[in-house]
Amino acid sequence: MTAAIEPQGRRPRRLTAGRIGVYMFLVTAALFFLLPLWIMVMTSLKPMEEIRLGNILSLPAAMTFDAWSKAWSSACTGLECNGISVGFWNSVRILIPSVILSIIAGAINGYALSFWRVKGANVLFGVLLLGAFIPYQVFLYPLVRIFSLTGIYNSLLCIVLVHVIFGLPTMTLLFRNYYAGLPIELFKAARIDGGGFWSIFLRVILPMSTPILVVATILQVTGIWNDFIFGLTFAGRENLPMTVQLNNIVHSTQGERAYNVDMAATMLAALVPLVIYFVSGRWFVRGIAAGAVKG
Amino acid sequence: MTAVSVRDVSVAFEAVRVFDGLSLDIEQGEFIVLLGPSGCGKSTLLNAVAGLLDVANGQIWIDGRNVTWEEPKDRGIAMVFQSYALYPRMSVRENMSFGLKMAKTPRAEIEKRVAKAADLLQITPLLDRRPDQLSGGQRQRVAIGRALVRDAAVFLFDEPLSNLDAKLRNELRVEIKRLHARLGKTTMIYVTHDQIEAMTLADRIVVMKEQKIQQIGSPDEIYRRPANLFVAGFVGSPQMNFIKGRLESTGEGLSFLAGDRHLPLSSYPFVTTPVPGQNVVLGVRPEHLEITGQGLWPGFKVDIVEPMGADTVIWCSDGTGSLQVRTTGSRRAAPGDNLTLHVDALQVSLFSAETGDRL
Amino acid sequence: MATLPIRASSIGAADTGARRRIRARLPAAFALLPTALIVLVVYIGCMIWTVRLSFTSSTLLPKFDWVGMAQYNRLFLNDRFLTSAENIVIFGVLFISGCLIIGFLMAVFIDQNVRGEGLFRTVFLYPYSMSFVVTGVAWQWFLNPGLGLQKLVRDMGFESFTFDWLVNQKMAIYTIVIAGLWHGAGLTMAILLAGLRGVDADLWKAAKVDGIPTWRVYTSVILPLLRPMVITATVLLATGVVKLYDLVVAMTLGGPGIATEVPAKFVMDHLFERNNIALGTAAATIMLITVVIVLAPWVYARYVRPQGRPA
Repeated sequence: MTAAIEPQGRRPRRLTAGRIGVYMFLVTAALFFLLPLWIMVMTSLKPMEEIRLGNILSLPAAMTFDAWSKAWSSACTGLECNGISVGFWNSVRILIPSVILSIIAGAINGYALSFWRVKGANVLFGVLLLGAFIPYQVFLYPLVRIFSLTGIYNSLLCIVLVHVIFGLPTMTLLFRNYYAGLPIELFKAARIDGGGFWSIFLRVILPMSTPILVVATILQVTGIWNDFIFGLTFAGRENLPMTVQLNNIVHSTQGERAYNVDMAATMLAALVPLVIYFVSGRWFVRGIAAGAVKG
Repeated sequence: MTAVSVRDVSVAFEAVRVFDGLSLDIEQGEFIVLLGPSGCGKSTLLNAVAGLLDVANGQIWIDGRNVTWEEPKDRGIAMVFQSYALYPRMSVRENMSFGLKMAKTPRAEIEKRVAKAADLLQITPLLDRRPDQLSGGQRQRVAIGRALVRDAAVFLFDEPLSNLDAKLRNELRVEIKRLHARLGKTTMIYVTHDQIEAMTLADRIVVMKEQKIQQIGSPDEIYRRPANLFVAGFVGSPQMNFIKGRLESTGEGLSFLAGDRHLPLSSYPFVTTPVPGQNVVLGVRPEHLEITGQGLWPGFKVDIVEPMGADTVIWCSDGTGSLQVRTTGSRRAAPGDNLTLHVDALQVSLFSAETGDRL
Repeated sequence: MATLPIRASSIGAADTGARRRIRARLPAAFALLPTALIVLVVYIGCMIWTVRLSFTSSTLLPKFDWVGMAQYNRLFLNDRFLTSAENIVIFGVLFISGCLIIGFLMAVFIDQNVRGEGLFRTVFLYPYSMSFVVTGVAWQWFLNPGLGLQKLVRDMGFESFTFDWLVNQKMAIYTIVIAGLWHGAGLTMAILLAGLRGVDADLWKAAKVDGIPTWRVYTSVILPLLRPMVITATVLLATGVVKLYDLVVAMTLGGPGIATEVPAKFVMDHLFERNNIALGTAAATIMLITVVIVLAPWVYARYVRPQGRPA
């Protein structure tokens, strides 16, 4: 009789105490991170009477979207009561030109810095990088003065310019690092083929930039959408972005605070970056890792 | 007629001088190979000729024109790179016609030239593919095609075969040689660290080391009459045997002496006047050591036998040093066998032990 | 190979040629010009302007007199500023170390070949995509003693449970730390996890063959390898600390009292609400100096020291 040779010894157990510990830790951590989101959503779906009873964790007994519609169209941000939708559209109007312009600026800078030897370019890049670390408060007041003098303070143009200016270090770094990773021989070949600064950029380099353009877009959209301080300082009353409006709603209520409206407004303000985050997945991580000054 | 002339060129990166006063003249239609280990400056020299980096000093002439400050596109050159450098988002056809489009060549002319080059390289079926749909060998063919359509007087190759596997490398090597023959008057400058490519392709080889030209000569000259110890050791595989010794006047005239071994040098073609008593290094190619019944140098013992098919390399030693001997494949030898070697003074190289230069 | 005597006869030609060659690069210089202007005017000009203002007696409008260190003397006697400085140190230390520790643990645990890895990663990182204002408002609601966590636990039967940090002068700054950790720990996790995934798999095999316990491999072998990622994460978190403003505004408005004031808010308040430009710019200058001092060793290690090797 011939028997197959069985493996000898104890077969290691799959689920050890260690494995259970690992999952316990991860689940606990996940709960910590999910809890505020859960509470926000639940609160926003409850009427105030239910909220006053406490138990912020529970599912709404009588689910209602009233708070959402109120937050969108009639919540008070100070004296006006037009809801956070005003801020939403302001944010969109700020976002689109700011993102496009800052990415164009970053791409051109990065391209010029990594492929063309321009005198003093390294010094320029160095100062720009250092600028990324300086607290904004150091620049704000003089900038306000400059914009006042040129007459564009408190306008859409003003806030867009500010976003482009302060997006420059990260965007330039992002594109410079990406382009530095492209084979230099490609650029050499294009030079021999007779390409100039702009034709090489448009015909050879830009078509290869899709990944970094995606990363830059994610980074800038979330960054600019989430901005508070620039919007507060430069946008002007007419153009206040959603974050500032949200803060006004939450802090300007008189009498009892309508927590459900606050939370609905908060969710609305968080929606755009959250959607981007969930849709983009790994690209988002790539973006923040790339944005993490590592030049 | 001189096609390319590098005159006293210096190149500097940041503050570091890479070349100092390097000169080289290349004839029209010549196939020149720049050969040397990595970091010897061969690629830098090629880039300087292409105009891809600025020279700090000196001049570069192509086809009788001073192009030192010309843009790369205006120099009448084409270039093929190690990494192919195909534009990834363009089809093969677009890759090949990009340069002509930039130069505003009429469309019909572009099509004609692309078709001709594609035909020559047998890549016509690939014209509408993207580079990432091609194999390594096909990519390099396309890169050569892109260079071909430029109708350049001078072709520059920067290690074009180094990214390919051995079999493809041999194929494309032959193809480049054939191309050179078909194009007739096109000058080619080819950078490589591979001595087989250099030996098989070149009309003349320029051996470089540490940013200096060591020797310029035909493959045969480089192989048989290396100008110094570096060239002698760099070219040839298995490597040339080196034996330290000195020159002595004996009854038979001048002789090489190492220990109790000697080699009469009456037939050696000295290029300098030898000084008796001088310390020298004798270089002998493995295939120039002959195993005979009775020769000049008896008393060697076989260490290792490496059969290589056509040839067999025998490592042997006499207690003071070890030599490699190359014989035909049929030759049988076993470790421990006794050998007697014979050397012909006509086929050796002598170098000064002091400077390393050929004597 | 003779070299022709060409130098002397062609100097003129080479000179005009060099100019032609520079002309090919002109568009590149031109493309960088706007950035150069911005760097000059905004990054350098505004910085100098701010520093200069801090030596004046400007209040509502800027003046260009010279009062020496007077504003700085006032600043360091100002309760609000001293509290701000103290708070930013507390927040900075706890936030950075907390993010690194929690982030590292989460990264290591996720790296244990667990099921639902993508889900955990997504959950840990999503807060980072949201703004500080949203974070602040959410946590303000959650930690609200009247209806939030405290009430929840009390309703579950623990009547004496107290968690009123948000309205407690002594503890309020720690609620900001908690909200900050919630927002930023996932980022550290993502950076460190990328680092863990980059570790050579053979290293793990070697350690396994040598019989080294897993935790030991993490502490002695892997952690030193992650140094660059730890530094990256730290720098990123540190810039977040300096900019801390929105979170405080949304969560506590600096209160209760002045318990959660921070330097960035101090500057903003004095520049735009309290009409004390000189004091505000003096505080901004102190922020600038602090950042430079903290940043200097990192810049030195990163950009100055490795200058030996070719760029």
